[in-house]
Amino acid sequence: MSRLYVARSPRVAARSLDGEMMIMSGRDSTLFTLNKTATILWQAADGVAPLEEIVRQRICAEFEVEPAEALEDAEKLARDLASHEILQVSDQPIPQPSATPGEAR
Amino acid sequence: MPQLAAEVQRLSLTIEIGGIPTRLHITDPAFLSLLQQRYAGFVSSTENLEIEFDVDITQPDFAAPDAPVQVSQKHGRWSLERGDFQAEWEPSARRGWIRQTVNPYSIDAVLRIVHTLVLAKQGGFLLHSASAIRNGKAFLFAGVSEAGKTTISRLAPPDATLLTDEISYVRKHGSGYMAFGTPFTGELAKLGENVSAPVASLYLLAKGPQNHIDPVPPAEAARLLLANILFFAKDEGLVQATFHAAFAFVKQVPVSRLTFVPDARVWELIG
Repeated sequence: MSRLYVARSPRVAARSLDGEMMIMSGRDSTLFTLNKTATILWQAADGVAPLEEIVRQRICAEFEVEPAEALEDAEKLARDLASHEILQVSDQPIPQPSATPGEAR
Repeated sequence: MPQLAAEVQRLSLTIEIGGIPTRLHITDPAFLSLLQQRYAGFVSSTENLEIEFDVDITQPDFAAPDAPVQVSQKHGRWSLERGDFQAEWEPSARRGWIRQTVNPYSIDAVLRIVHTLVLAKQGGFLLHSASAIRNGKAFLFAGVSEAGKTTISRLAPPDATLLTDEISYVRKHGSGYMAFGTPFTGELAKLGENVSAPVASLYLLAKGPQNHIDPVPPAEAARLLLANILFFAKDEGLVQATFHAAFAFVKQVPVSRLTFVPDARVWELIG
């Protein structure tokens, strides 16, 4: 299986409040509230760390879950978030702008 | 030599909402008179104009009179369109034009949209809520249709000044927020007073068997606030600005759920 890289989309606005991550699509103003796993994935999605590494270091460390199963679920989740243009997904590292206007403050 | 065509005489009217004066240049005296009545209390004589529109009244020949509102920006020029009007506005020139039929609701919609664009740049917003001033402080009452905005406005005691029963005008002011009266009316069909005060609280309305106020956790407050902010533009930058404005607001202003019985006693909890 090829490596997958994920990066936060610069076309959204995001904020974390009381442990809840909320993201608004700049395209159509749809508001998303991420669950705990999606929040971990979003926060770690720097375009550099492969998804496999994020799952091993961040998700498996947080939840009692088999790495292979967690990776499968994370990939589905990443592609779902990408379909809403919240995340970018690629089989290559994704260069990120130095300051993303919509990133969580 | 006699002039072959006389220049069309432009009459004008300045409507100041939220401290932002907008001048409308109109050729039709009857329509001007209609607007003077419609916006009584918000007509201003200031010459420090922020926005000017040339208003052209046309016959009702729009292709799709029920088409929904569309707001977009290209090269610094906003295009506003709905079934009953077309408009353009260039903020850097402070000028624009409106083409519409003799219908004051079309102008009203254009003003609402333009003010949402102006406020989004400044950390403010128009909110689907009633608002009133009591004891020098402004209180906002937000909710969807039937939540009780009209009811709470109608029940306001004599010492409360109604700012609006439908669309509240919120501007950032220093480290806090100010609420302004608006002519944007709802079911009560009564213009707000053209005054302002610092925002003390936002109440999310719910009708219930007894009156009580309950705090709303910040994340839920932000989510519900965002659901009630009026915003029409397809513009990523302004959507992001409005999103962050909502979070800044809930950090600064207490947000509570106001459950109330629809009678005047609810106002004993406010102020």
